[in-house]
Amino acid sequence: MSTLSQNPLAGPALRAAPVPSQETAVRTGRVTRVFIYLVLLLFALFYLLPFFIMLINSVKPLGEITGGNMMALPREWTVEPWMAAWSTAQIGVQPTGLRPYFINSILMVVPAVAISTLLGALNGYILTKWRFRGDTILFGLMLFACFIPFQIVLIPMARTLGILGLAGTTWGLVLVHVVYGLGFTTLYFRNYYAAFPTELVRAAQIDGAGFFRIFWRIMLPVSGPIAVVSIIWQFTNIWNDFLFGASFAAGSGAPVTVALNNLVNSSTGVREYNVHFAGAILAALPTLLVYIVAGRYFVRGLMAGSVKG
Amino acid sequence: MGFLDIRNVTKSYGSVEVLHRVDLEAEEGEFLVLVGPSGCGKSTLLNMIAGLESITSGEIAIAGQVVNHVHPSKRNIAMVFQSYALYPNMTVAGNITFGLEMHGVPRPERERALRDVARLLQIEHLLDRKPSQLSGGQRQRVAMGRALVRDPAVFLFDEPLSNLDAKLRVDMRTEIKKLHQRLGRTIVYVTHDQIEAMTLSTRIAVMNAGHVQQFGTPKEIYDRPANLFVAGFMGSPSMNLIPATVAVEDGTPVALIRDEGGEAHRLRLSQPSLAAWAGREIVLGIRPEAITDPDGADRQSRNIQPLRARVSVIEPAGSDTFVATPLGGREVIARMRADATARPGEVFDFAVNMDKAVAFDPVTEARIP
Repeated sequence: MSTLSQNPLAGPALRAAPVPSQETAVRTGRVTRVFIYLVLLLFALFYLLPFFIMLINSVKPLGEITGGNMMALPREWTVEPWMAAWSTAQIGVQPTGLRPYFINSILMVVPAVAISTLLGALNGYILTKWRFRGDTILFGLMLFACFIPFQIVLIPMARTLGILGLAGTTWGLVLVHVVYGLGFTTLYFRNYYAAFPTELVRAAQIDGAGFFRIFWRIMLPVSGPIAVVSIIWQFTNIWNDFLFGASFAAGSGAPVTVALNNLVNSSTGVREYNVHFAGAILAALPTLLVYIVAGRYFVRGLMAGSVKG
Repeated sequence: MGFLDIRNVTKSYGSVEVLHRVDLEAEEGEFLVLVGPSGCGKSTLLNMIAGLESITSGEIAIAGQVVNHVHPSKRNIAMVFQSYALYPNMTVAGNITFGLEMHGVPRPERERALRDVARLLQIEHLLDRKPSQLSGGQRQRVAMGRALVRDPAVFLFDEPLSNLDAKLRVDMRTEIKKLHQRLGRTIVYVTHDQIEAMTLSTRIAVMNAGHVQQFGTPKEIYDRPANLFVAGFMGSPSMNLIPATVAVEDGTPVALIRDEGGEAHRLRLSQPSLAAWAGREIVLGIRPEAITDPDGADRQSRNIQPLRARVSVIEPAGSDTFVATPLGGREVIARMRADATARPGEVFDFAVNMDKAVAFDPVTEARIP
């Protein structure tokens, strides 16, 4: 250890000590590090493999799949399966492709996410800054929405939608998703606002701002991180929902998840695996996009909400 | 009847009463300080004046109008919070004018008011910044600007200096005092720091456990504390509270104080009424600055008593030297000139200014008039 012996401060005791290991808390050994990266790489490959198979099989003609190796790269590249999945494939009995159902999903998911996030923010604001007798009990009851198995509510919900005249419509699905998303969005915003200083609300009250003005001007502008969490969470859940979509909006009002199922389960003709793969990727694309755009805020927001509450 | 009237006000949370029949008043332009240890109810009282907490019973009136059920924004008050409570998403300018905007003041007028306040507080160069880009002292100024711009009848300050470091705190204290002298507005100021209370106030309410212990001018409170709590709380180092027995010699009352060896020291009392306490125990209250060396004794005093006692500790503080001596079972602190000649372990000649001494009833803890 030449650096040690050159150190003028190193006394005889230090020089006599056995040669210390290179390993410290911040500098683990090279071998260990290679091992860690190797394991991580393997896991990454493991997770990427199914997506890889879907992708390569969605761009090859059907003959290559049925006659050959699923793992092989396409010999002939084609976007035909994508076009078919989007606009001409047989969904149930209609050859419409996924497009109308994709639009259904967007018409359902955008209002459902917006309304449930906004109401969750309002709930969180009230539960932390306008406290009232029994507010914790009310919040506890709202959390049931997070843990209740949705199968339990199918029949009462169907009855409710029937009475409201919303059965089988996109707006009916919006209502269902808002109601069952509120538990989560309220939880997020309540915990986020719990760490928000109440003195600010009091200052705004003295300044003359009312209930909604404080919400719009003071609370919402600082809610960015938790709003992103709520939006990603709600978007993913609502977009990927199959149970409510299949139960309450069959036929032409169905969301894309239900349509994808109908595409894959169409019993007429040959099974067009390449079209199925393309359709599945199309249906998953929006959630993927949301994660890529807002993913880093997601982690940050989750941490912010978890500190206090 | 004062400009700000607090009449018989109580506050209860459920069955727990946290403020007991508080009666205070402030004239227009007064600087009223509520001081006390944490949990004494001073912040609760301030929040009740602001309208942020409801009043359980009694009345609060501002400029002759009872405001018990008036919304905070309509009480013509402005408040500076301990945490400053600046809106993090708005610029300094936005923070200061938010209240005016909420009250429907037109834009040109808002901007004029903003300019005036920014000039007064010397924060003109900060107007476009966000609160997160400001230092503690700058945030403090912006918080005061937000209150000043409203031009209210009463300013409420809730421990505004407690988040600043020691030097800045002294500077801002002076600035608040200057601001009060210039604007002449009524201020209610909450603090737990008795030095802030003494330096800023025109009148002090000393609070403890939900009771106002004493309400008076800083001088009254310092020289004639109403009870043992006020005596011990106000002043630094705090007043020496020495158990003593009263005797009457030649018709004048004398306090007998025992030192660590059991020997009794005699101090002639200036207060004739104490003759009635002959043979009974009292607590003698003497400020450290009333105990000096004979040369440093107050020439105005008509009753300087000599006291020979052993010095236990010396604490030089630069401007003064604090000398401790064990008397009556506790360390009695004397405040001397920096060049006083006392040495630890020596027997020293103290001079006690008995004109400044007060006596307390050890049972009721109240001052003996």
